[in-house]
Amino acid sequence: MSETEFDIILEHNRSVSNYWKDLWKFRGLFYFLSWRDILVRYKQTAIGIAWSIIRPLMTMIIFTIIFGKVAKLPDSGVPYVLLVCVGMLPWQFFANAFSEASNSLVANGSMLSKVYFPRLIIPASSVIVALIDFFISLLILVGLMIWYRFIPSAQIIFLPAFLLLAIVVTLGAGFWIAALNVKYRDFRYVVPFIVQFGLYVSPVGFSSSVIPEKFRLIYSLNPMVGVIDGFRWCIFGGNCPINFTGFSISVILSILLFIYGLYFFRKMERSFADII
Amino acid sequence: MSVAIRVEHLSKKYILKHQASEPYVALRDVITGAFRKSGSINESGNAKKEEFYALKDVSFEIQQGERIGIIGRNGAGKSTLLKILSRITEVTEGRVSIKGRVASLLEVGTGFHPELTGRENIFLNGSILGMSKSEIQRKFDEIVAFAEVEKFLDTAVKRYSSGMYVRLAFAVAAHLEPEILVVDEVLAVGDAEFQKKCLGKMKDVANSGRTILFVSHNMAAIQNLCSKAIYLNKGKLEMMGEREQVIATYLRSTADVNVIDLADRKDRNGNGAFRFINFSLKDNEGHQLSSFQSGKAAKICINIQRYTAEPLRNIHIAMGIDDEMGQRITNLNNDTTASVFPDMTGQKGTIEISIPRLPLRHGLYSFTLYGTVNNDVADWINNAGTFHVEHGDFFGTGKLIPDGQGNFYIDHQFKLL
Repeated sequence: MSETEFDIILEHNRSVSNYWKDLWKFRGLFYFLSWRDILVRYKQTAIGIAWSIIRPLMTMIIFTIIFGKVAKLPDSGVPYVLLVCVGMLPWQFFANAFSEASNSLVANGSMLSKVYFPRLIIPASSVIVALIDFFISLLILVGLMIWYRFIPSAQIIFLPAFLLLAIVVTLGAGFWIAALNVKYRDFRYVVPFIVQFGLYVSPVGFSSSVIPEKFRLIYSLNPMVGVIDGFRWCIFGGNCPINFTGFSISVILSILLFIYGLYFFRKMERSFADII
Repeated sequence: MSVAIRVEHLSKKYILKHQASEPYVALRDVITGAFRKSGSINESGNAKKEEFYALKDVSFEIQQGERIGIIGRNGAGKSTLLKILSRITEVTEGRVSIKGRVASLLEVGTGFHPELTGRENIFLNGSILGMSKSEIQRKFDEIVAFAEVEKFLDTAVKRYSSGMYVRLAFAVAAHLEPEILVVDEVLAVGDAEFQKKCLGKMKDVANSGRTILFVSHNMAAIQNLCSKAIYLNKGKLEMMGEREQVIATYLRSTADVNVIDLADRKDRNGNGAFRFINFSLKDNEGHQLSSFQSGKAAKICINIQRYTAEPLRNIHIAMGIDDEMGQRITNLNNDTTASVFPDMTGQKGTIEISIPRLPLRHGLYSFTLYGTVNNDVADWINNAGTFHVEHGDFFGTGKLIPDGQGNFYIDHQFKLL
């Protein structure tokens, strides 16, 4: 019987030939794992889904007071709270997904050591859960726009493209940190730090226009800068122009991050069951 | 018939670290490790690494539709083999080729979440095991009926009894329809009634032409379900073939624990005219066994040593057998069987107790040895040791008494007159 007649050949360092086919076959698992996480989260909490609104809302109010009222940073001609809101939503999405993904493999360790399925599904479903939270917290933005009678610019039709960019960044970072955390459990302490640090180096509480030109390049190395600037450009139009060079760097880095995260995860994946 | 699984020179290596208690690495170790290397001051401080082969150069072939039992002691590599076939862990050397969809059941209830209801867990667990949503929907009623949890479908499984939990978990897995089913010792859970049901379900699966690999310590379950068996010993393939031969070889295999050394026991009574030296289990042909099997011939061999100048006459030996609860269940002695021993002239002798068809059921038994010479106690050791009895087909019907129904078989017939 020749090799071709077998469906699966297992050898050292041989990547499974139908990994992507399996990923498709297990697509139901994406749904059920995300669904489980959401269901469990809200079964154990008293006010449930309202947390998706309350948490970003509180942060937003504090940022508006500190950056807008106390520090009096420029508001690019839009209500400061709206400026913060548009920055906060993609940031919260990234931060939630990144934290959840980092711990996802370890938390589902018993599954990894007992059942086969493409492991990518686990961190990816954490990202899906965060994405659902993102859509729920979009309600805040809608509410604020109604309150301020603010009509978004026509560029809003490009918003899905920037959301996609946010997802690409988040998946890349999520795959990377999830795999790393299996091997080096220290990263569970690094993640909250990255998230907190990231909040201040990303244009959440301020507009990118306050960044001096000489720091622009370094500043753009943060892929979330491209995402948040893109979101603001879509909603506020000309008030928040995109710095093209900086933006291009962000986009390229995002894609590289995604490819690297995926590559790293696939390389580490084979040994997960042995070290978890 | 065509090949379903071909395993060629398969090895699986684990690295054991003696210092680190966890398999994962702390970043600290990497950083300090790098420092040590560059400084090369203290090489000996590094954690000691040791390679360990869980499987070593294992080769075999399984045809489609074969039902294979995998037996071996703890640590023989059975679970590692199943993990490799289920693609959970990676091969170190060699190659495994598989034809067909594999489903593995290494644990019941993988991914079950206590906060979710029975209904929700069926969908979750089903999808983890690789079923599509429509497949689960199609089999939903069947799963629920099999698990007998209709009334509790919308109750969180944390409120389930452990029996219900296991039933539900097994029910989901039992309704997978893979071409190759890999099952670890999951039938060891649940009550006897349910175990029987599970075994029945597995038999159905087997009869529908699927390939099954089944790990168990329960020889009767293997005899019941499998046609062939693989015997693994310390990571190597010891034997593969017809199940009866493989099981016999397995039970016969000598390990040090089979011979219970009694020579150095201090907790003994008697005048020491002779002493019990050791105790071992043998089969009819005199091969040493690690455990007995219900319904099979069993031989107990007790070596004794004489410490008197004169030959010993009028020796009596008794062996009391206790169950796991410490309850004396029977007594074997040469008085009741009216066996008269010849005078013991040599320094060493062997007492052999033959049981043509062992009526003990599976379990752990302990025994007490008692010996007299001319009605004076020569040696007496309470709880001298223990031996195992494995499941066996006592009646030759392929059927067993359910668990919890005593620890004896009685040869009997039923008739309606």
